[in-house]
Amino acid sequence: MCRLFALTSEEPQSPMLAINALDVMREGHDGSGVGIFMTDLAGPFEDMKKQPILSGIFSNAGLRKLDTFMMEKGFMTKYKTSIRVPKAPPPGVPKRDTYLIRAYEYPEEWEQLTESEIRDRLLLIRLQLRQMGEETGDMIVFSFWPDVIMIKEIGDPLTVAEYLGLDREDFKARIILAQGRQNTNYAINLYACHPFFIQGIATMTNGENTAFVPIKEFLMSRGFPGYIGYQSDSEVFTHILHYTLFKLGLDIKAYKHIITPLQDEDLEKHPSGYFLKRLKHSCRRLIIDGPNVVIGCLPDKTLFMVHDRKKLRPGVVGGKPGFYVFSSEMCALDAIVPDRDKTKDFQPMYIDTAFVGPDRQEVNICRQTEPLHLPH
Amino acid sequence: MSTNGTITPSTLSVKDLPWQILWDKDKCTLCGRCTSVCPVNAIELGVFRKRIIETPLGLEETPGNVYKVFYGIRQKTDPAYACVGCAMCNLVCPNDAIIPCRSDEADKLRFHINRGGQPRRRGGRRNVDYSLLDQIKFTRISMLTDPALDAGRHEFELRTLLGRVLPPEEDLKLLKEEGWTPPVREIYPLMIGAMSFGALSPNMWEGLQMGIAYLNEELGMPVRMCTGEGGCPPRLLRSRFLKYVILQIASGYFGWDEIIHALPEMKEDPCAIEIKYGQGAKPGDGGLLMWYKVNKLIASIRGVPQGVSLPSPPTHQTKYSIEEAVAKMIQSMYMAWGFRVPVYPKISGTSTALAVLNNLTRNPYAAGLAIDGEDGGTGAAYNVSMNHMGHPIASNIRDCYLNLVKLGKQNEIPLFAGGGIGKHGNLAANAAALIMLGASGVQIGKYIMQAAAGCLGSESDRCNICNIGLCPKGITSQDPRLYRRLDPEKVAERVVDVFLAFDTELKKIVAPLGRSTSLPIGMSDALGINDKNIADRLQIKYVV
Repeated sequence: MCRLFALTSEEPQSPMLAINALDVMREGHDGSGVGIFMTDLAGPFEDMKKQPILSGIFSNAGLRKLDTFMMEKGFMTKYKTSIRVPKAPPPGVPKRDTYLIRAYEYPEEWEQLTESEIRDRLLLIRLQLRQMGEETGDMIVFSFWPDVIMIKEIGDPLTVAEYLGLDREDFKARIILAQGRQNTNYAINLYACHPFFIQGIATMTNGENTAFVPIKEFLMSRGFPGYIGYQSDSEVFTHILHYTLFKLGLDIKAYKHIITPLQDEDLEKHPSGYFLKRLKHSCRRLIIDGPNVVIGCLPDKTLFMVHDRKKLRPGVVGGKPGFYVFSSEMCALDAIVPDRDKTKDFQPMYIDTAFVGPDRQEVNICRQTEPLHLPH
Repeated sequence: MSTNGTITPSTLSVKDLPWQILWDKDKCTLCGRCTSVCPVNAIELGVFRKRIIETPLGLEETPGNVYKVFYGIRQKTDPAYACVGCAMCNLVCPNDAIIPCRSDEADKLRFHINRGGQPRRRGGRRNVDYSLLDQIKFTRISMLTDPALDAGRHEFELRTLLGRVLPPEEDLKLLKEEGWTPPVREIYPLMIGAMSFGALSPNMWEGLQMGIAYLNEELGMPVRMCTGEGGCPPRLLRSRFLKYVILQIASGYFGWDEIIHALPEMKEDPCAIEIKYGQGAKPGDGGLLMWYKVNKLIASIRGVPQGVSLPSPPTHQTKYSIEEAVAKMIQSMYMAWGFRVPVYPKISGTSTALAVLNNLTRNPYAAGLAIDGEDGGTGAAYNVSMNHMGHPIASNIRDCYLNLVKLGKQNEIPLFAGGGIGKHGNLAANAAALIMLGASGVQIGKYIMQAAAGCLGSESDRCNICNIGLCPKGITSQDPRLYRRLDPEKVAERVVDVFLAFDTELKKIVAPLGRSTSLPIGMSDALGINDKNIADRLQIKYVV
């Protein structure tokens, strides 16, 4: 089963902190892969929060293709960080030419575009690159988004992180999501590795999503270009959240009502019962049914955690003002924040959404039985 | 028959019949119950003459013989009186002295049951034993990757929606604007399909209704039943139980005068209106209530004279195109109940189902589509329609569902499947297979007759005389001497038993697949079959 760890911190943190947390939980994962999502970046990226950063893995040929493509689109490289790796990768880690993290200047003609147009165009470029790479496997693209870096690789998380030299001083972020395992239900493929990302939203999940096929069919039939992939059954959690926020205009509090709606008798007593019943009916195809914990990050840098309807997976949120951790296992929280007030640790239950906002001051809990206020 | 007797082309021997009555002279008490119970008078008192040779010992008396007479059962061989295999004789015999047995070869009767140029008509379903649904296995079992759910202890919500479900964006927009949205009913995914008041006896109908009411009011299971084309008893129309009823309108419009007149007095809206365009057992043919069954009660509910056959036309006579039929009929039905009641059409399984479905997707009022496959049962139809017409349900439902997926409208127009579900008793497995192929729910008719009332009919052509009102169990008869055999209370009890058992079995199927909070509609990754062609056709896994 995947082990998940996320942190949000006022002080920039090294991804090694998250990797060490995964290592604490290693009894529970098979060390088959690692995925890291970083946002609210520090170091050299601190001053370029608006410029999109491309994260991916490229062969030399792929890199040349990328350069030509981006030039044609009018993107100029603004900054690149180089990940230098030893010649021979450790056992179990494939040899790659380039782990790319590169910030771009927008083309001039993009300056006139609205926020949502930029959002959609950035997505399309990432999808185009992904498609170009799929023919020969020479380009693997994880994200193309301002203030976001993603790294994914096959192999033991700690070994991979040391091999990539992620403990560098200039490589830090205030929000980090890390997941330690390759997908095992389907073929080994980096696109199947969590966290998944779409337009500023990242989520990672453990457990199996038994309603995967109908949900995937629903998302793919929405006519939205970003709803593709699905090499992993967990990718739909990211896309359902995207659909909730951007297509339905609802917020994170509604997410749980969509994936695990309340049962009818609860809805009858609920102050927002009528709305929720309608939502349950029309979003019935998005109901998840697996044992899952979902940890994710919203575009506004809020971290959250939700569970399946039966709370069949563990999950804990704890920390102190300015530094909070979301972890699939208690031991990782203990290892990373041993000096916290443990009585304030919170393990969300089957109707809870736990989230820590961008101010990082407290853990907020939203219960599904509470009234749902709709954004205007 | 004597050796110089006359034979005609249709002169048959007992051996030529599909069912032979085996009768044991030693056990028979000559009580006569069997002959009196036989619905088709296939047996009668037989007086047999028997020669007995007497050969005494010694030389004084010469050997001789005597003729003795004994009494017993004689099976008629006239095609009109051929045994139907119902075995009521066996049921009533105090000594188990009599039983019908299936012939060991294809009968010759089949060539002769068209006397007077009238082809065979019967009840029941297609006389083919095969069931594809039984071959489908549920192969995606959650175990170590994830714990299986507990069918006995976890919470389940296995409901389905009947009604047009709008896309989430549109629904939220209309909610904000307080616009009209189509009515949607949350119902149990196993429905009792259309069997009319008239096709069924009053006791059977009452038993079903009582069972449904109990399931809803005492057990909280929102089970629904469709009336079929025959109207609805006036008291039910004016009762609160109407909300558990789906009223059917079909091409004969029988009973609708009564329904329309009851409209102002209705305390509750019906669950939905089903417009029947076709039926799986007799695609392209209308309802057929034969004159035997049109007694005073039936005649008054249907608004027709007594004792006449009531063949409904194969199509709705006032429509000439699908767009018109769909738009006019559905919308006018909506209007009758103030746009508060979902209206959906039912068609027989057909390769043109996609055309119908595509049309419905463009009509914002269509509340669903029910498709009745070739294995559907009926109270009366031509044998040829039943055995040879129609489309198997599995691929029909699958094609329709995948077509909706392509349009992005899966489950927005719920599909309901019928026809042969539980044909071999595997009700929950068959229903779950269809749901995972894409059905939002299933309809049963024949199964509930068999399970809740003891219908004897089978696909080896046993009984199947529903059409002439002689049902030996009183299920499809309008003769009080027959239907008083059926206790409505007991039928209701059995309906409840069937649904409770089904519910547990359905949980036993979906829980190991890791599903419990929503009905696994279209969860085709859970299905497998050991036939490559079928697997490819249904887009499910090929497993051996």
